[in-house]
Amino acid sequence: MKYSAAEMMTIAAARKIKDGDRVFVGIGMPNLACNLAMRLNAPNIEMIYEAGVIGANPSRLPLSIGDPCLVTGATSVCSMFDVFTFYLQRGLVDIGFLGAAQVDKYGNLNSTVIGDYDDPKVRLAGSGGACDIASLARQVFILLPHQPRRLPEKVDFITSPGFIGGRRERERLGLPGGGPTVVITDKGILEFDEEGEMVLVSIHPGVELEDVKANTGWDLKVSPSLTVTDPPTERELAILREELDPKGIYLKRGD
Amino acid sequence: MMSLAEAVDRLVEDGDTVYLAGFTHLIPFAAGHEIIRQGKKDLTLCRATPDLIYDQMIAAGCARKVVFSWAGNPGVGLLRSFRKKAEAKEIELEEYTHYGMVARLWAGATNLPFFPLRSNIGSDLPAHNPNIKTVTCPYTGQVLSTVPALNPDVAVIHAQRADAQGNAHIWGIIGEQREAAFAARKVIITCEEIVSSEVIKSDPNRTLIPGFLVDAVVEEPWAAHPSYVQGYYDRDNDFYLEWDRISRSEEDLRAWLDEWVYGVSGRREYMARFGAERILKLRVNSQYSVPINLGSYR
Repeated sequence: MKYSAAEMMTIAAARKIKDGDRVFVGIGMPNLACNLAMRLNAPNIEMIYEAGVIGANPSRLPLSIGDPCLVTGATSVCSMFDVFTFYLQRGLVDIGFLGAAQVDKYGNLNSTVIGDYDDPKVRLAGSGGACDIASLARQVFILLPHQPRRLPEKVDFITSPGFIGGRRERERLGLPGGGPTVVITDKGILEFDEEGEMVLVSIHPGVELEDVKANTGWDLKVSPSLTVTDPPTERELAILREELDPKGIYLKRGD
Repeated sequence: MMSLAEAVDRLVEDGDTVYLAGFTHLIPFAAGHEIIRQGKKDLTLCRATPDLIYDQMIAAGCARKVVFSWAGNPGVGLLRSFRKKAEAKEIELEEYTHYGMVARLWAGATNLPFFPLRSNIGSDLPAHNPNIKTVTCPYTGQVLSTVPALNPDVAVIHAQRADAQGNAHIWGIIGEQREAAFAARKVIITCEEIVSSEVIKSDPNRTLIPGFLVDAVVEEPWAAHPSYVQGYYDRDNDFYLEWDRISRSEEDLRAWLDEWVYGVSGRREYMARFGAERILKLRVNSQYSVPINLGSYR
């Protein structure tokens, strides 16, 4: 069965979610991954949206983070201050999903500027809740396309801290969250070693190692136990295509 | 109670710091358009998520500065006027994280000078925003990040319903509306419907903003279009996509402002111009909560 790189990414992310996890969800791919996990490997996850919605069960794909469809049928609604303070800073969020324009080898994320902050080549949207999630969630899952400009050795601007310059730095600075644990791209899955540096642990089916390395902006470490990601199952694809994104809004089809 | 034109004329002054509240829900578009029509300028526009309405106000030349945490077209992409003027340094930027922005309002709303957070540390944001500082906790010695109180001159909040005194019921995603109202020196409430005080008092838990904080109450149906209002209408998503196209060219942008902002007297005319067919498609079906029992006490 054919599938797209975006479908593989979403499915790989869903498989990483454990049953019972409380997940801080954004719209788009993270929302799809959580909903897929809920239907398969993790039926009892709790989805928390940064708009202040807890236990959301949206009847459609939310158009934006503040879509009222998140509220209808949810368990609880609170203010933004409450969701960031009582839920995120309190340490109740197990997984926060983040994307970014750039991610570097220590998992630092840039969603602020390309180039110099005071004279940017491109002005991006800014942190939003990303820095807060990166600082405070127990684990951070990063999703992004695997391209050299998206994965530079050093980001132009640290919007949201990963391990900064090495794993011990988070602890030294007193950041409560555990930092990034996994990066899922359209080419593979990467984790962080004891130094806090990204290591390739799995390659998606049909992707060459050289292709992954050529599309990474530094000399990428490769795990000695490198594996090939299990391809999407028919069930996973069926749920994504028939139930979650029937119009193909977020995920291009492989066929 | 007054008209929106009167409220903006009386309460918004050139150079003011304004906060048009909402987290992609209940965005006070009608008030933003009225501010543009009245040619208000040198405003400092504050909001965690400056979206299309701030992009339009920036394009129309109302803004001197934007204080924000995420400047994008929600669910679509970038804000082109914001980005163009920011890259050309025609507007000043002061940026925080979402938590930082709402914590600033919280401090402002509770008469505190700052709020401490466990975020910002390790980010490059504090190095580029001197207002993000640190404090050493007097009890534990821990170093915490701090953000300063935000006290806007004016907050504009769109509510589902309010009474004539401005006691406002808001439900669904409640974002930072309450914090903005308590932090601001002046408050304008626009609402879908003015209801009697009996309706407000039938459900006091839903009153997020007490009328005594409110300087102007305006009944303005569809005031949040093209954004959503829980229980009233859906987002006009086509417009969010259209804006991405319109805001690409200076010419299209001017033409749009001329037709839809300067070329109408207010929201009624604006909505009439969209036509019934498009508007009716945005109506939502009802889904009611089960009534609660407040009890009657003797």
